[in-house]
Amino acid sequence: MTKTVAATLDGNEAAASVAYRFSETVAIYPITPSSTMAELADEWSSKDKPNLWGTVPRVTEMQSEGGAAGAIHGMLQTGSLTTTFTASQGLLLMIPNMYKIAGELTPFCMHVSARTIATHALSIFGDHSDVMACRQIGFAMLCSGSVQEAHDFAAVSHVTTFKARIPFLHFFDGFRTSHEVAKINLLSDEDLRQLFNEEDIQAFRKLALTSDHPMIRGTAQNPDVFFQAREACNPFYEKVPDLVQKSFDELKKVTGRSYQLFDYHGHPEADRVIVMMGSGSETTHELVDWLLGKGEKVGVLKVRLYRPFSAKHFLAALPKSVQKIAVLDRTKEPGALGEPLYQDVVTALFEMNTFKVQPQVIGGRYGLSSKEFTPAMVKGIFDEMKKTKPKNHFTIGIVDDVSGTSLEYDRDFDIEPNDVTRCVFFGLGADGTVGANKNSIKIIGEETNNYAQGYFVYDSKKSGAMTISHLRFGPRDIRSSYLIKKANFVACHQWDFLEKYDVLDYAAAGGVVLFNSLYPVDQVWDHLSKQAQAQIIQKKLKVYTIDAFKVARETGMGGRINTVMQTCFFAISGVLPREQAIEQIKAAIQKTYSKKGSEMVERNFKAVDHTLHALFEVKIPNQVTSQRSMSPLVPDHAPDFVKRVSGSILAGRGDLLPVSAFPVDGTWPTGTTQYEKRNIAQFVPVWDPQICIQCNKCALVCPHATIRAALYEPEALKGCPSTFKSMDFKSKEHLNKKYTIQVAVEDCTGCAVCVEVCPGVDKSNPKRKSLEMKPQLPLRQNEKENYEFFLNIPLADRSVARGDAKMSQFLEPLFEFSGACSGCGETPYLKLLTQLYGDRLFIANATGCSSIYGGNLPTTPYKCNSEGRGPAWSNSLFEDNAEYGYGMRFSIDKHREIAQELLKKLSAQIGDRLVQEILIADQSTEAGIFAQRDRVKSLKEKLKSIKTSEAKQLEFFADYLVSKSVWIVGGDGWAYDIGFGGLDHVLAQGRKVNILVMDTEVYSNTGGQSSKATPMGASAKFAISGKQTSKKDLGLMAMSYGNVYVARIAYGAKDQQTLQAFAEAESFPGTSIIIAYSHCIAHGYGMHLGLEQQKLAVDSGYWPLFRYDPRRVPQGLAPLKLDSAPPKIPLKQFLANEIRYRMLEKSHPTEAAEMQAEAQKFVTERYLLYEYLSKNQPLSPVQSKEI
Amino acid sequence: MNLEVNYLGLKLKSPLMTGASPLTDNLDYVKRIEDAGASAIVLRSLFEEQIVMEERAYHFHVSSHMDASAESSSGFLPHFHDFTFDTDHYLEHIRKVKSAVSIPVIGSLNGITHGGWESYSKMIEEAGADALELNFYDLPTDPGHSCQDVESRYVEILKSIRALVKIPLSVKLTPFFSSLPNFVQKLSQNGANGVVLFNRLYQPDIDIDNLVAKSTFHFSESHELALRLRWLAILEPHFKGSLSAAGGVHSVEDVIKAIMAGASTTQMVSAIMKHGPTYFSKIESELKKWLIDHEYESLNQMRGSMSLRTCPDPSAFGRTNYMKILHGWNVLMQDQK
Repeated sequence: MTKTVAATLDGNEAAASVAYRFSETVAIYPITPSSTMAELADEWSSKDKPNLWGTVPRVTEMQSEGGAAGAIHGMLQTGSLTTTFTASQGLLLMIPNMYKIAGELTPFCMHVSARTIATHALSIFGDHSDVMACRQIGFAMLCSGSVQEAHDFAAVSHVTTFKARIPFLHFFDGFRTSHEVAKINLLSDEDLRQLFNEEDIQAFRKLALTSDHPMIRGTAQNPDVFFQAREACNPFYEKVPDLVQKSFDELKKVTGRSYQLFDYHGHPEADRVIVMMGSGSETTHELVDWLLGKGEKVGVLKVRLYRPFSAKHFLAALPKSVQKIAVLDRTKEPGALGEPLYQDVVTALFEMNTFKVQPQVIGGRYGLSSKEFTPAMVKGIFDEMKKTKPKNHFTIGIVDDVSGTSLEYDRDFDIEPNDVTRCVFFGLGADGTVGANKNSIKIIGEETNNYAQGYFVYDSKKSGAMTISHLRFGPRDIRSSYLIKKANFVACHQWDFLEKYDVLDYAAAGGVVLFNSLYPVDQVWDHLSKQAQAQIIQKKLKVYTIDAFKVARETGMGGRINTVMQTCFFAISGVLPREQAIEQIKAAIQKTYSKKGSEMVERNFKAVDHTLHALFEVKIPNQVTSQRSMSPLVPDHAPDFVKRVSGSILAGRGDLLPVSAFPVDGTWPTGTTQYEKRNIAQFVPVWDPQICIQCNKCALVCPHATIRAALYEPEALKGCPSTFKSMDFKSKEHLNKKYTIQVAVEDCTGCAVCVEVCPGVDKSNPKRKSLEMKPQLPLRQNEKENYEFFLNIPLADRSVARGDAKMSQFLEPLFEFSGACSGCGETPYLKLLTQLYGDRLFIANATGCSSIYGGNLPTTPYKCNSEGRGPAWSNSLFEDNAEYGYGMRFSIDKHREIAQELLKKLSAQIGDRLVQEILIADQSTEAGIFAQRDRVKSLKEKLKSIKTSEAKQLEFFADYLVSKSVWIVGGDGWAYDIGFGGLDHVLAQGRKVNILVMDTEVYSNTGGQSSKATPMGASAKFAISGKQTSKKDLGLMAMSYGNVYVARIAYGAKDQQTLQAFAEAESFPGTSIIIAYSHCIAHGYGMHLGLEQQKLAVDSGYWPLFRYDPRRVPQGLAPLKLDSAPPKIPLKQFLANEIRYRMLEKSHPTEAAEMQAEAQKFVTERYLLYEYLSKNQPLSPVQSKEI
Repeated sequence: MNLEVNYLGLKLKSPLMTGASPLTDNLDYVKRIEDAGASAIVLRSLFEEQIVMEERAYHFHVSSHMDASAESSSGFLPHFHDFTFDTDHYLEHIRKVKSAVSIPVIGSLNGITHGGWESYSKMIEEAGADALELNFYDLPTDPGHSCQDVESRYVEILKSIRALVKIPLSVKLTPFFSSLPNFVQKLSQNGANGVVLFNRLYQPDIDIDNLVAKSTFHFSESHELALRLRWLAILEPHFKGSLSAAGGVHSVEDVIKAIMAGASTTQMVSAIMKHGPTYFSKIESELKKWLIDHEYESLNQMRGSMSLRTCPDPSAFGRTNYMKILHGWNVLMQDQK
């Protein structure tokens, strides 16, 4: 046995570190939660880290998982040691190739962080629904239940695939294992080398296709032979279980860690056994130990090798004494006799027939979408098994009050041992809490004998998101794969959370609590709610407080309080002796920054030292003194569903909602963000009418629709709050009107984009602008009232807009307060879209940032207008969005056609005149659409009195006689890569859909991986050394069809052109595509400067603006119209402001200079090409008659 | 003709050197400068703000989005470790310049507050710099800061860096001190081996349409030398270290004047930018010719000859000079009347 090296890492890294060392080629594509594995492989490759044979694996990113699977197939067929990483929908896209790889008996191992498949909703979290969709393919499937196992089983999979000639799918639970940080023993290169035989690898090489010894694979076979040939693989599958066990045994020799195909743990004469796989089996293991201590005869059978399922080994591992078996599946198969593992177990027992009396088998579902699976639930199952007729096909962990499937269990049951230190930290996504905790785990895990575990829970907002870190430290291996409920240490890094959430519920009696408080120590008690005070007294909590923001500010750390709070944790938690802990924190700081940042080292050291002087214990009185209650999360006037369901989710009580609380099909109400007052901005814009020039730019650029403009009659001001501001509207067209800019301060994220864009400057003091950022707290109450008043001001007539950027901002946005990043560059386009066409809008939204901030619970930003009309929004998948929206249009057109047919049939009864008016209505203007709505209203009235089935049908179809606007919306990852095939097909159809590509030039949602929209020289994940090729010119490709409207826009550079493009695309009778520049945090600069950067992008020719309108052709004009001047500043001036470009400049200056020169040349030449096209006829002979 | 000078304890073949500027950014250009006869080069300044801001900005943009959401727990940009900063390039550049030329290479650090950036002096030394020029480029704008505050801050920085490095240190100053001789004496007492006179501050301008202030830069001109000559002449008698003139040195006459006033070396930037590196050889040969024509034995013979100590009529450097000019102005006014 070799010497073991312990390290703390997460499941993804544990698996990837082995996979990388066993590979020569890697094909990847990002998908949560597996992306980290691909990122690590790419990073190691870019740093020339060698594999076990001393060569550096090469990594290639493909356009989709389907593409990655195809590439892998090619790599394998030519004899490369290959791997890939994926999850969920990505795994589904790989299935066709996986059949081929398995059918050709190809040694290969892929790693899957198992994730929920999108059904009624998308979920990024973990269950086995994706891997279970692969159980029939012919891959061996090996399941890990912990970070250590993810490391070990990765090795076993890679080794055994060569021995067996069967490909392996190694999987572990997404997030629970992939993202859990734990202390494990590492497999060294030497350990891995001891596990495999070079001859096995050589045998694989001999299978490779080569023109030097040609053979063919992939033939087409006929009924005469296919069947027999398909059966030829059987002997290979029969050998797999023994070969895997052999590899496990080899691993034991090297590491001492022992595994079986089916690992039984429990009483040797158990009467009740739970069979399951994945991280949940560790929790069951923990509870089994506890029950054994109570004298119960129970056990858990952990399934390691799920496919091929060896009934022989399964039965051998099962105690002969077992009377009842509960099989737990982390997936759901509606309509099946039971879930997959259950069916396998039942079949195995039946087929093997080794028991005199067959044990009773029940199956149950647990843990879908990372639903908690706790010892309490396991106990509930064991208790159920005691019954004579235990419930079969049960669910555990939810309350199913609809079908009655759920088992009862005691939610307060807890078995966490006292010698495990449990800590829970509430932080803000951007405050560094999670990073600091990962660091603490490293310190404790690697510098002491303690085992350590960390798991991190994030909410779904991209700005102001709350994170909850769960840390365990203890003397034994930690098997608790569930969240901490009672912690010895609870830290709340943001005071606001105390007002919203029951943070102290997490504190165990006698525990230590730490607050980051803006209040001095002697005032902290008085600012706590009565609920918090009561818990502190009742549980005898020790409370400490620090003003971490002040310490961070004073020590030059800005808003990053991670070091300060980490120091506090070590100082008062008692996990390590204080001095040793401080020393370790400093050593970690030194290690992190010393190579690069002496300044950062000094500032962090200073923060550590200052912290200890600013940390105080709060004196706790004997009784509750506070009169204040926690703030309600949802206002009283919210609809019942929002209060009941959304409110519970917001309060962190979503787990308690029963099945009956939910719509059956994933349908969800819109417009609920308005009830979630997040109050996340410390500073908000304040309007000064004295300086305002009424340009409305602030409202136009606001990513969250929190700053709005109103044009109204003076009478509307009657009864306004005393602090409500207004001014006369300066316009000859709109005389005697009032004007207001109002901020929804509770919804504002404080990005300051509005302040940056504001051109209203005080001439005597140019420092002063019409908008200035001021602290939110003192303004909150007044501005809340002002905003409520503002919402009741009658809206200006929609005719004021008339295609003008400024006037468009008097239209109501039907997209508000989304969870997008502060300063997001995408959302202003969507907001504008809803302002212009929201009442007749259908949105097909590709998966990505826009589907998350557009449709991730708990609240939704798309809303209705006062007439109840608004965007109908839906997300299908990542890869199919263009087709999805196209399908909507196809269907809507058919609806209109049916409506017209019915109208004609019913003309006599309805009245010929109305029917004719409806049929020939001009709906090219909004007035025309509104007039048609009135006609349809009359039609519906008339239909009520016609009692035929056709009239009934027409009632449904009548609304489609009014124009609908279909927009296909998504990011560049969808449009340029995974969805390009579909997008291209839709462009070619010429049907009236509008496509809006919000181009951030990177996969933003999954963390900034390179796409084909990423320009040359930009650093992104999967292109750390700078992208080597130019950005794909999607606009030019679309233009080549000749009959597609194409625009390239950037609202920050020219908002009027953006308006024009939207209007032209909407009015264009065929297909349109708008490519919209969207600044993004992945670009590496402050988002408040996003608009300035957009200007530079346009001025440098990086992002030329144009509109290509085929309608110009019949007029003898070139269809392409350039909307931006020739490049007037060097490209470098734009690039220099963004870290994604500076990265390469810093790391590889020569290459960067070459790439920049190349990029400058590209930009210049592209402009010349556009200029040429703008002066000439279209690219392809147009089809003007087609439009 | 012997043009050798001792500058900061370094033996230079002539007083003609480059000043801190982008002139030495390009390695080929550095070689051409050496070939043309420059006796030493001062590299472009590494700014405190550049060091601090860069580290902080990169750290902020890289770290602040890490672990912020479940889908992007590893952040959006490559790790902080993977970045190479300006400072890394600066140190690498010193190494490259040192191996490319044989003349002394002087690093330059520009900062005004105590902080971690000072540790770069040590790295500059380790990278091979023969000396370090500290550039205190600052204009106090806070009325709460007295001249003592400002001066002691500079002295503290100097002391801190002196403790870190063994190589010679020079200090480059602005002309705006109440008592420059006193301050220079303090610098000398705290480890400065030389003083460079003076920094040329960027001049502000106002964009009257957009109501924004902007910086402008113009090449120096010979008339700017006058200010340097005055203070060289005043400092020379008392200052133990080396003096160097920077700003306004464009011709051989300018060089001669600066040396006569007390400078050991003259730093040229604008002149080289205008005329190219070969201008060094032109000035050098003109200098030699001038010395021969005027029967000097060596350059050292005239160094400081026109300082306050030995100048036949020192009033030109002092307050009476003002009186004379003012008087001249009155005369002019009277004439006009």
